Amino acid sequence: MVAKKKEHELIVSVSPHVKSDVTTSGIMWTVNIALLPAFIFSVYFFGPRALIVTSLCIVTALLSEWGFQKFTDKDTTITDGSAVLTGLLLGLNLPATVPFYIPVIGTISAIVITKQLFGGLGYNIFNPALIGRAFVLITWPRAMTTWMKPDAAFTSFDAVSAATPLGILKEEGLAKLLVEFGDKVNLYTELFLGHRAGSLGETSVLALLIGACYLLYKRYITWHIPLSFIGTVAVIAWIFGGEGWFNGDPLIHILSGGLILGAFFMATDYVTAPSVRKGQIVFGVGCGLITMLIRLKGGYPEGVMFAILLMNCFTPMIDRNMRSSVFGARKQVKEEAK
Amino acid sequence: MGLSTFEGGIHPPEHKELAEHSAIVEAKAPSRAIIPLSQHIGAPCESIVEIGKEVKKGEVVGNPGGFVSAPVHSSVSGKVIAIGDFPASNGRMVPSVVIENDSKEEWAPLKDDPDYMSRNADELREMIKNAGIVGLGGATFPSHVKLSPPKEKPIDAVIINGAECEPYLTADHRLMVESPKEVVEGLKIVMKVLGVKKGYIGIESNKPDAARIMSEAVAGESNIEVHVLQVKYPQGAEKMLIKSILDREVPAGGLPMDIGVVVHNVGTALAIYEACRFGKPIIERIVTVTGKGIKEPKNLKVRIGTPVSQLIEEAGGFIDDGPVKVIIGGPMMGFAQYSLDVPVTKGTSGVIAMTSDEYEPTEKFGPCIRCGRCIDICPMGLMPSMLSLFSEKGFYEDCKEYNLFDCFECGSCTYVCPSKRPIVQFVRLAKSMVKP
Ligand code: SF4
Ligand code: SF4
Repeated sequence: MVAKKKEHELIVSVSPHVKSDVTTSGIMWTVNIALLPAFIFSVYFFGPRALIVTSLCIVTALLSEWGFQKFTDKDTTITDGSAVLTGLLLGLNLPATVPFYIPVIGTISAIVITKQLFGGLGYNIFNPALIGRAFVLITWPRAMTTWMKPDAAFTSFDAVSAATPLGILKEEGLAKLLVEFGDKVNLYTELFLGHRAGSLGETSVLALLIGACYLLYKRYITWHIPLSFIGTVAVIAWIFGGEGWFNGDPLIHILSGGLILGAFFMATDYVTAPSVRKGQIVFGVGCGLITMLIRLKGGYPEGVMFAILLMNCFTPMIDRNMRSSVFGARKQVKEEAK
Repeated sequence: MGLSTFEGGIHPPEHKELAEHSAIVEAKAPSRAIIPLSQHIGAPCESIVEIGKEVKKGEVVGNPGGFVSAPVHSSVSGKVIAIGDFPASNGRMVPSVVIENDSKEEWAPLKDDPDYMSRNADELREMIKNAGIVGLGGATFPSHVKLSPPKEKPIDAVIINGAECEPYLTADHRLMVESPKEVVEGLKIVMKVLGVKKGYIGIESNKPDAARIMSEAVAGESNIEVHVLQVKYPQGAEKMLIKSILDREVPAGGLPMDIGVVVHNVGTALAIYEACRFGKPIIERIVTVTGKGIKEPKNLKVRIGTPVSQLIEEAGGFIDDGPVKVIIGGPMMGFAQYSLDVPVTKGTSGVIAMTSDEYEPTEKFGPCIRCGRCIDICPMGLMPSMLSLFSEKGFYEDCKEYNLFDCFECGSCTYVCPSKRPIVQFVRLAKSMVKP
């Protein structure tokens, strides 16, 4: 008989017998790679400090995840790329001039408190990197809002402090911003390239978009959250952001602050955002509204971080109430509505 | 692009190239045919033979055990040598009749009728029923039941399913290329039985030759249309096929006949034709024997009851390294086999021998990262992530909240899940724990 010898070696398992080659760790590492342009730009603009701050975050992320899992007797997951991603994102969200204990403590609160204590990857309610950032911002407000002037000279270790464009806009108005940057076209260009003060990885819209396009192309993220987020920011900025109504400058609001980094890389975090597409649009709009509320009316010049964290709270509710529409039930729903 | 389809669905590697161009060849009749008495959905048959009885090819050996049932016939002429439980391809032991082939190939008397189209609907339905025809796409639902809709459910369209969306399988493809006229005749019989004016044939666009040949075959028939469909799994699931062709949605929990549609597979259409024209019962079917673990992938015309090991031999045997997994049916919904002695039944559409290239044993699965992929692709619009989470935690009742029983276990969610969660298995578990 054919293959009698082989029979006992046949694998028996349940269908389906084929699986796609996309894996969780593959996705996580890809997002890390998509952040590389922004990381490289940050080192180019802010020098060795950028390198050190981000590396500290990544190393602390790996060590604290490994340590926690050892301590609680769980299998370690540090190779899945998610801890590295949290570290990298947090690093890119810090100013260059922070004392070096800040990245370490921020990362520990991200990994241990926000992620592992909630049950690890998949179970956390809040975006770990953002909680890490919120924690250090509240604890060390001064260090976290002292910004360094971007300087292409890799050698400069002495930071010259400067305000962020949103800070200037908030405190001194658009006119001052234009004085700083020359004219509007120059302002837009500098913002787009990232030649401005700000968190390490948020400044270069160009670098961020390169990574974001890659993720969109790979379909690891979709347009739903970023577009609704950024679109809402633009509309609110246009309506309420200027002197009088319908007079604001949406582009400044889009290009500055942490909007691009937040909208493409943090609001899109699978675990903490809704998983049904229409819910994601609601989530994105909510993020946009809260961001602009803080930017225009709040005490901070920037609101992306708090906006995403607040909307993270609503994610379970959005997912529960905005379910996917079941095949065969759609038509009936429509008829009942009539 | 532009081809009709449904929302959701996936694109697993097709691997159809292995067998799609090899013409159907007749496999040797088995020296011993194992005929399971339950080869369909519904009541099992009762054996009407005893050990030692001589039977002819095409003779009934098991009578239907109810209305939703179908008789089984001997696929060889010879002597009954055993009646008892034998392993079947679904992993269970099934009562079966074993017949030793005397190689005389003597047919039981068949009712040949060149003028079958002048018969009335009831007579045709009876012939289909007596021929033991069931859904040959793999669903194995008795065909005559689909042809007996209750009065309050008027049928206005018949669809012949030539989508063949499961990867690897090419049996239906070859059938359409090689016997287009017969398939069309089968469709016409179904239309006549149901008194329906409109017939459709749905074919995925990865079978352009089949689409062309079928279109030519229906050239003169103004009431039959060939629809070319987007290549996407599970395009061939009844509900998805109807949505794609007619843009009608079978209500959740309902049947195609609720919206006036009856769907039959191309193989079933051919069998219906042969039953009405020649009085021939189902004693053979086309089986794709393929996979990289097979030396010469083939489409074989196989007697029901032939052991799978024999088919593998006829397709050149296994490659030297051997397969790691042998599946009966398609890779998305088929059954992995532990023994190759199981017989081909009416529902056996393929035998796939996968090498380690094609199949990687599942590693441990991870937590749901809520990426939403499964929700995006679920053809039924469900939230498989929630089903798997609730089932994993033992909250089976909550699964019902998320339309547990609308899941038809197509496997698409499990295919796309980056955390490799066995979602379908969680669904099966939950289904077994709660009542609909
Ligand atoms: S197996 Fe069920 S839940 Fe999963 S994709 Fe198919 S129908 Fe949806
Ligand atoms: S595909 Fe897997 S990880 Fe993604 S939401 Fe569905 S179950 Fe969760």
